[in-house]
Amino acid sequence: MTKLAFERPIIQRINAGLPSKYGLPRHIEPLSHIEGVSIRELLSRYGSPLFILSESTIRRTYRDAHRAFSTRYPNVQFAWSYKTNYLNAVCRTFHQEGSWAEVVSGFEYDKAIANGVPPEYILFNGPDKTRDDLQKAIKNQSFIHIDHFDELYEIIALTKELNQKARVAIRVNMDTGIYPQWDRFGFNYENGEAWDALNRIMASTQLELVGLHTHIGTYMMSTEAYKTAAAKLAALAVGLERKHKHHIRYIDIGGGFASRNTLRGAYYPGTDTAPSFDDFAEAITSALMSSELKPETLPMLILETGRALIDDAGYLTGTVLANKRLADGRRATIIDAGVNLLFTSFWYDHDIRPVEATSEQTEDTTIYGPLCMNIDVIRGSILFPLLKKGDHFVIKRVGAYNNTQWLQFITLRPKVVMIDTQGQVHVVRKEEKLETINAQEVVPVHLDKIEW
Amino acid sequence: MTTLDKTLTIAVSGINNIDSPGPGIPVIRGLRESDKIRARIIGIAYENLEPGAYMHDHVDKAYKMPYPSDGVESYLERLRYIHSREHIDVLIPNFDSELFTLMKSEKILTEMGIRTFLPTLAQFEERHKANLPDYGRKYGVLVANSETLTSIADLNHIREKMEFPIVVKGKFYDAYIAYDLEQARIYFNRISAKWGLPIVVQEFIRGTEVNVIALGDGRGNTIGAVPMRKQYITDKGKAWGGITLADDTMMELTQKIMHATKWRGGMELELIRTKKDELYLIEINPRLPAWVYLAVAAGQNLPEALVRLALGEAVQPFARYDVGKMFIRYSYDMICELREFEQLSTHGEL
Amino acid sequence: MKAQQLNEEIMKIKKNLAISDTGFVFDPSTGDSYTLNPVGLELIQLIKSGQDLPAITTHITGKYDVDAIAFERYYLDFIATLRQMHLIDDNA
Repeated sequence: MTKLAFERPIIQRINAGLPSKYGLPRHIEPLSHIEGVSIRELLSRYGSPLFILSESTIRRTYRDAHRAFSTRYPNVQFAWSYKTNYLNAVCRTFHQEGSWAEVVSGFEYDKAIANGVPPEYILFNGPDKTRDDLQKAIKNQSFIHIDHFDELYEIIALTKELNQKARVAIRVNMDTGIYPQWDRFGFNYENGEAWDALNRIMASTQLELVGLHTHIGTYMMSTEAYKTAAAKLAALAVGLERKHKHHIRYIDIGGGFASRNTLRGAYYPGTDTAPSFDDFAEAITSALMSSELKPETLPMLILETGRALIDDAGYLTGTVLANKRLADGRRATIIDAGVNLLFTSFWYDHDIRPVEATSEQTEDTTIYGPLCMNIDVIRGSILFPLLKKGDHFVIKRVGAYNNTQWLQFITLRPKVVMIDTQGQVHVVRKEEKLETINAQEVVPVHLDKIEW
Repeated sequence: MTTLDKTLTIAVSGINNIDSPGPGIPVIRGLRESDKIRARIIGIAYENLEPGAYMHDHVDKAYKMPYPSDGVESYLERLRYIHSREHIDVLIPNFDSELFTLMKSEKILTEMGIRTFLPTLAQFEERHKANLPDYGRKYGVLVANSETLTSIADLNHIREKMEFPIVVKGKFYDAYIAYDLEQARIYFNRISAKWGLPIVVQEFIRGTEVNVIALGDGRGNTIGAVPMRKQYITDKGKAWGGITLADDTMMELTQKIMHATKWRGGMELELIRTKKDELYLIEINPRLPAWVYLAVAAGQNLPEALVRLALGEAVQPFARYDVGKMFIRYSYDMICELREFEQLSTHGEL
Repeated sequence: MKAQQLNEEIMKIKKNLAISDTGFVFDPSTGDSYTLNPVGLELIQLIKSGQDLPAITTHITGKYDVDAIAFERYYLDFIATLRQMHLIDDNA
């Protein structure tokens, strides 16, 4: 006779107060497989914790986004936002799908080149472009998105030194009715600074004005703001046509589309509130199509959305290290992945699931990471199934920003694997070892010898 | 035009008939007194102590639901279960927080055979506290100036935009008058802990609060409307007693809003009449309010009309109501069996 | 020595507790109510029937897929929770 599955015994006080945070306790569905591959098997083969990427999800999400825009606008181009996830396997998947590269540092620029991106398909953004970076971008004829007047004049000087024209766009910041207004990047629209910069560029024989760029914020849930942004960039483009008879080649509306993660403090889950690509596309393209831009010279529409394209494709899985009770009687579960790996847990209530089947029972649980630090909290309070030591968990939607913002703190970073569209698993980033870290260090000779 | 030949199954939420009650039980009273519909009432409860679940004269069967904050999927899953047992004809949600979830699911509900009569998502969003200034401009209505805050740091700049006192409001519920920054901070934290962000702060308009309950047919017609003044307000900001008014300007404003927005469903307008006799709109609640039974008693059975609209019947607008009809809210200690509490808390239905 | 005591100690569940077979617990002296999961209910019933830890362990490990050491950990944690809720009569 087979024995029954054991669940740890629990007793819970029935909350008679009004109203508590929870109505009918919800059963958290386990997630045992990703793209048909067993998470347990991946953990036993590649170690715990483990990042898992789904190539199919990346491609599916990209195609959905591309469809939403290209069915509404004749000329659409995506540029993969390197900072969101610059694992080469991820970048190359997007490049295979047709994405250009959007980079914000010399390091990212070189990474894009190393990934085989033709330099004329690289958009170089951000306030931090060194003189060397700019030289390289000018020589390579990449698109330089100018952030401020100091940069504008530096580029003019460099083009003279190099005796080569530069392809430039300006980044514009503006009031789109959302708060906070991102006014630290680029030239302001409302106070006329952006228009001044454009006129200065048009006056230079060394600069080819190719585009207009904006990036209105991050994790945007309002599509209205994009409509405003697109309309304002279109107005600038129309102004250029009127005054200079100059047609820009593209309007780059940036990124910032919300993913389906739930922001901390939000009442509804992100899966209910995040606008779809169709919603964003409708807002942006309708503003462009209804502007005074002439149909025969409509500029290319560039999108740099990162988070919404990659978040769903990433999973972080691992193992329960221990359970304990806190002083107030609540449950604490300690897992082997903390904020060092899951930087985004500072602003999301991440969707965490058991890997193995559990009963309907749940308990108010705090989920801690393994770090020796008080801030290492993955979920502050969640009605969670009763996992035991050695059970496994998986956290959904971790594809954006974690593989770029993770910390090598206290412990080493684990492997990242990618499940390809055929269900084959590839290690796309090896785990760090002591030697990986020590290889970067130099110990002065006088510290060589230690006597005990 | 009667549906009396069939007993309808109507699911109603907001059956928390406590000292600051939800509209559920008053809505049910309207349905029970209708001579046009006969209903079996399914109570939708979120908590074990919602009185309606134990009020068997009003509620035939009660089910607990997961909160809308758990997401559309788990909400629908539970609703499907209830529907499989009860065959719900009409669902009347009475909490603001349910509306978003249900509006998003309207198509699925229709496919399931559950009728609702809700505002559209666009109507719902437009009248949101945070969007009220735009709303006022668009429809030519005087509104209180307001700001939407996404972090407590934003409060520091509020002095540049409006003078204290200010009203600090939650996304769905709760409103407190703050006389200085310190108080505003306390309320910000209190409300955001419960209802999340954003927080809306609104200019405090001095005057008398008056309200209108109304029902729109979604085509611009006002099916019913009754203005009322709260005669006394409890420390929770709820009406203790109220009296229906004869007021043409309030009625005109209501019809103007109904006509311009083509509002579908129940609505409550919260207005302030200033000393200069101006009417300021301070909030639009996208559902029938808890004092709906006063409208029923005054001659407009709005819950009944709402159900008939949901069923697709042609409903004639109410022509009149009794002026000077009063309500006084009272509480009552109902005696319950522990067995029933056990039933609801462990099985989720009663 | 400690383990020895543990084994011989027979827990006393608070008198008067109303425990239904659905796992609903009502404490008439405080007015609090609780719910138990099936294993929790089974344990309470075993303890009430006067069984000590070794007997309970034999019963549970025979029925469920759990070893004695793991079970002891969960058992002690459960007892600690009951004690925190004042559902164990330590003076008995």
